[in-house]
Amino acid sequence: MSDILETSHAIGVDSPHAIGVEAIDIGKRFGAFHALSGVSMKVRPGTVHGLLGENGAGKSTLVKCLLGYYRADEGSFLVDNHEATIERPADADALGLGMVYQHFTLVPSMTVAENLVMSRRDVPAAIDWRSELNHLADFMRSMPFKVPLHAEAGSLAAGERQKTEIVKQLYLKRRFLVLDEPTSVLTPAEADEMLGLVQELAHSGQVSIVIITHKLKEVAKFVDEVTVLRRGRFAGAGAVRDLGPADLTAMMIGEPHTPAKPERVGNATSDIRLSLNGLRTAEDNGRAGLSIDTLTVRAHEIVGIAGVSGNGQKDLVEVLGGQRPIAAGTMEVDGASYDASRAASQAHGVRVLPEEPLRNGCVPTMTVADNLALRSFDRDGTGKPISWLDRSGMAARATQMIAAFGVRAPSAQVPIGVLSGGNVQRCVLARELDGDVRLLIVANPCFGLDVKAVAETRARIVAARNAGTAVLLISEDLDEILELSDRIVVMHGGHVAAELPAEGADPQEIGRHMLGHA
Amino acid sequence: MADAATMSTPIAVTADTDRYWPLRRMAEALAAPLLALAASAVLFSLLLLGLGQSPLEFLELVWRGAFGSWFSLQNTLQRAAPLLLTALCVALPGQLGLVVIGGEAAVVLGGLAATVVALPFVNTSPAIVLPVMALAGMAMGGLWIGITGALRARLGVNETIASLVMAYIGLALFNHLVEGVFRDPASLNKPSTFGIGEDNMLGTVPGLDVHPGTPVGILACILCWVLIYRTSLGFAGRVTGGNPRAAQLQGLPVGRLMILACVLGGACAGLAGTIEVAAQHGRANASLAAGYGYTGILIAFLARFNPLAIMPMAVLLGGLGAAGGLLQRRMGLPDATMQVLQGLIFVSILASETFYGRIAWFQPRGAGK
Repeated sequence: MSDILETSHAIGVDSPHAIGVEAIDIGKRFGAFHALSGVSMKVRPGTVHGLLGENGAGKSTLVKCLLGYYRADEGSFLVDNHEATIERPADADALGLGMVYQHFTLVPSMTVAENLVMSRRDVPAAIDWRSELNHLADFMRSMPFKVPLHAEAGSLAAGERQKTEIVKQLYLKRRFLVLDEPTSVLTPAEADEMLGLVQELAHSGQVSIVIITHKLKEVAKFVDEVTVLRRGRFAGAGAVRDLGPADLTAMMIGEPHTPAKPERVGNATSDIRLSLNGLRTAEDNGRAGLSIDTLTVRAHEIVGIAGVSGNGQKDLVEVLGGQRPIAAGTMEVDGASYDASRAASQAHGVRVLPEEPLRNGCVPTMTVADNLALRSFDRDGTGKPISWLDRSGMAARATQMIAAFGVRAPSAQVPIGVLSGGNVQRCVLARELDGDVRLLIVANPCFGLDVKAVAETRARIVAARNAGTAVLLISEDLDEILELSDRIVVMHGGHVAAELPAEGADPQEIGRHMLGHA
Repeated sequence: MADAATMSTPIAVTADTDRYWPLRRMAEALAAPLLALAASAVLFSLLLLGLGQSPLEFLELVWRGAFGSWFSLQNTLQRAAPLLLTALCVALPGQLGLVVIGGEAAVVLGGLAATVVALPFVNTSPAIVLPVMALAGMAMGGLWIGITGALRARLGVNETIASLVMAYIGLALFNHLVEGVFRDPASLNKPSTFGIGEDNMLGTVPGLDVHPGTPVGILACILCWVLIYRTSLGFAGRVTGGNPRAAQLQGLPVGRLMILACVLGGACAGLAGTIEVAAQHGRANASLAAGYGYTGILIAFLARFNPLAIMPMAVLLGGLGAAGGLLQRRMGLPDATMQVLQGLIFVSILASETFYGRIAWFQPRGAGK
């Protein structure tokens, strides 16, 4: 702690000081729906504050009120111990409150320096780049972490881009920053580095930080205090050192939660369901394509594909989903050539759980019932093709799936886009696990989901495996792979770098294969 | 999965609380275009006031010219006939997320193809000539818009630009052929093809003074509605329109569906051209390029690509067209005034798209979020 304080002196007296923010009894309604009622949060200056809660708990609504994107119906805000009126984003801006969004807001074709200057409120009509660049270089020297000023924003890795977003906020003299799930797009190493820097920044007294997150590990390691929301209400708060993961989970979910490792039943049989041989894809913008000599998945088995993001996992998912053509090699399901067409996937019982289910697996404007029928709308009960929609059958099946998977929806006839993330995921699980599933392809299934939805999703995947489904799990979350897999395949540069049983696998060894030094 | 219901994960009770939401959704879908029409009426009134004309007189004349008498109502319905079909040429691809604006070329080329193919049969009987014309016109229209669909589906060419450019090419080709190889030397002032003959032309619907284009257009709208909302093919198309990535992941033939929608839409526009020839002009000439394809775009957007909603919108726009002559005579307004009104309506409709989802009363209530 003491050397951190010393750094803050080194930064200089003119650097901005962190401000505290307090939200008191905030209420926000959307029509008849209470998104927030009586929610309070106190962020002390120079701390990292975690804002926790499940999807739909009201975290985003609270910070949007604080930043002026919504106007709170009730309650008040204290900024730096003064009552503040925040009615529009410009008000929050003037008070030094800023936010880093989950998605990036940099212009990819412009350099970091251009992005920084452009983001300023007072950009002059003619920019004196020489003096701006000198000024930026001085500014960058005062930063605890460096970003390359002359690199194009689009060429930065995810972690670098995230750092640039934070630097941009500091450049705009923000003294209070909200980070919305800042690590969701980062590798574990990038995430740790970034959060470490953020913590250092807060403790140096330059800026107060609120992190919206689901990841309890990150909370334990990098967060000082937390506020927990549940269904639009205050569910608890306190210092992280006094609270264990079990307490936090209990606050978030409101019921005791035991993340019991799902029980496995049955062992992999010799029944090969998926077999890839000599698979090659064309290179893509100078990046090497896939080059997989052999990969098999058997019944009663979860094969986890581990790897650092961008080493061919996405290409593999696209090949299996029919979105990327194969240059050479074969893809077989149940011994028959597989082209990912609808007929082939229906004949062989191949299903897919994509990442970001609303974006990749649903039609947001169509109803819940329609979305639940995406796999089956063109077949009757016996699997024969039908020309006329069986609308009453679709509605009846939707009602069953909604009940079986506990989907919370106003009705089966609302567009699926209005549901919360966890409920969309339940719909996709219900649809993709319906019927005789022989091969299940899963890609980052828990990306952006809350604790409860993650546990549920993983339990469903293991249950499918236990029932005899062959599962190919492609995930950037190594913990998830270690938890779920029977066999682990590590990908590096489009190749299979290693293959090992999950039982007793050493994460360090997997990590070395992921980085390509084995 | 048999054990799904008995899983240990906590299961929330499904609340079927918002039974009236489908009704409110319909109300929202009605309110948005009505508001847009009202807004464009206000803007147009300001224009008329600026010209020193009375908006009330304008309204009265539109009413009289379009709907006020049996004669004007029939005129309106007849004018709506090609519009019903050209609006489908926008709405069908629109359901798949494609904005195709080249229907005008499909109308004129469809009309030309129908005429040219019918010429060898003119001395047989209408029972042969008319079906041959319909098939030729639909095939030509389908081919023309289908090319746009194929460019989009196979090569990723933006379908809006492609269809616009194809419309220019199609109109130029039409003029070239009508003034060249297919020209009837007897047509002096207005280059035209040979005629299909009075005997082969469509009569009027029994008991009315309206040609059968109107009932054909209405039938086409109903069939397209059934196709889109009641068949599995239409469902696959709507999935593609709503989220092409999800459609691909479900193994749906996204490219083929896009091409099919364009071919069907083009066939409708080609049929519109055929009916114009068979019922009105008797031959293909520049009268076919009357802007039906462009008005169809406006109608399809007004109807939000719903074929049933196309029917009242086509009648509305047909009525404005029918009243044009009267307005010109009585108020001395130039012909372009109607185009100004159409333009205002179109811009208001596009702006009203932002209305959806903004007003809480129309949105679903209860659990789930």
